[in-house]
Amino acid sequence: MKIILLTIVTTVLIDNVVLSQFLGLCPFLGVSGKIKTALGMSGAVVFVMALSSFVSAVIYELLLKPFDLGYLRTIVFILIIAALVQFVEMVLKKFIPALHQSLGVYLPLITTNCAVLGAALKNVQDGLNIGMSTLAGTGTAIGFGVAIIIMAGIREKIEGNDVPRAFRGLPLALMTAGLMAIAFMGFSSLR
Amino acid sequence: MKLKKGSPLERIYNGVWRENPTFVLMLGMCATLAVTTSAVNAIAMGLSTAAVLIFSNLIISALRKLIPDGVRMPAYIVIVATLVTVVEFLMHAFLTDLYDALGIYLPLIVVNCIILGRAEAYASKNPVLSSVFDGLGMGLGFTASLTIIGLVREFIGSGTLFGFTVLGDWFTPVSIFVMAPGAFFVLAIIAAVRNVIVRPHVRENAINEISCGGNCRYCSGTLCAENHRRLREDETSASAPKATEKEAKS
Repeated sequence: MKIILLTIVTTVLIDNVVLSQFLGLCPFLGVSGKIKTALGMSGAVVFVMALSSFVSAVIYELLLKPFDLGYLRTIVFILIIAALVQFVEMVLKKFIPALHQSLGVYLPLITTNCAVLGAALKNVQDGLNIGMSTLAGTGTAIGFGVAIIIMAGIREKIEGNDVPRAFRGLPLALMTAGLMAIAFMGFSSLR
Repeated sequence: MKLKKGSPLERIYNGVWRENPTFVLMLGMCATLAVTTSAVNAIAMGLSTAAVLIFSNLIISALRKLIPDGVRMPAYIVIVATLVTVVEFLMHAFLTDLYDALGIYLPLIVVNCIILGRAEAYASKNPVLSSVFDGLGMGLGFTASLTIIGLVREFIGSGTLFGFTVLGDWFTPVSIFVMAPGAFFVLAIIAAVRNVIVRPHVRENAINEISCGGNCRYCSGTLCAENHRRLREDETSASAPKATEKEAKS
């Protein structure tokens, strides 16, 4: 029980995927303009990342490891993720149109998102088993969601402010991210 | 400077200066921020990416007439992933320290926007030689910019350059610069400078253009290609700013 809790706290807050590992930075900066889109994006990421960490862990444990094919993991994982996203999109479209409506736009956006692949690779590197991999993957995705939603909230607030011209747009977003990263560094004492 | 389009020199100039992947196009940000804690790491990352980029451009350009259009993305991804695995093996065998320092960011070269972006935007449409030099130029541009960022962060954050102490005991390193927030701050300053220097229309949608619409896969397909096009257009029609205005409206 303790290790489960620790994994969640670590992946969501301490080793936050965006703010301390710089993964998934593209959507973090690109889709964080509005809270609503940020919510949709984080929903899609949680969904795909939980699924992809599970599937890639299963394939790694049951297929690559027994046959000593660990070196193929980069190729295999990226193909799994790409196929999985397409598959999830088709399934959702066919069976749960309501969910597809709200997540659909964001799903193709994460096919080759480095956070998804990064989470899968990191699980292997840390030598986690299937259950822990899924948990860590989900935690990482929630961490992404937390970061992007906070970011969107801040950006909605500062949108109308009079910012020096040079800092409009991206630089301001990056400064905000930097300040958020400092705040998140505070969590490292939880470890 | 007037260079023949597609010639080796023009491609290198283009990659290093005109369309520098980090400072002008703002691609591959994950790697840029994560590994620039020291100049040595930055160079290692830059050169690994350059190696993958050169060979992926070579292979994709050579196969450009054989790969069916519908499956080109998966095909590119497999080619790139294979090359990345090769680089990973070589690093593990000969440069173990750097291999450990780069960690998961080494395999993550696969999803670096620059590589699929160049494959889609250049190598899939151009002859082998130009594509190889395009890869070389972009790779060198990426390496150079990573090294500059790495030097700045290392200098401020630990008072060293390439691992050698350059400042005396009086200097207290601002260690936040080698930690995560420092990466964001340094990049923010760079982006702000770029906002002022780089052509005005590029800053119109300053937030979108790095994100490639938030999607690395369509990197060259949507906004990045749009940026390339605008960069080019801007150079040809620098004297006719009205055209860009019109375009911005539509």
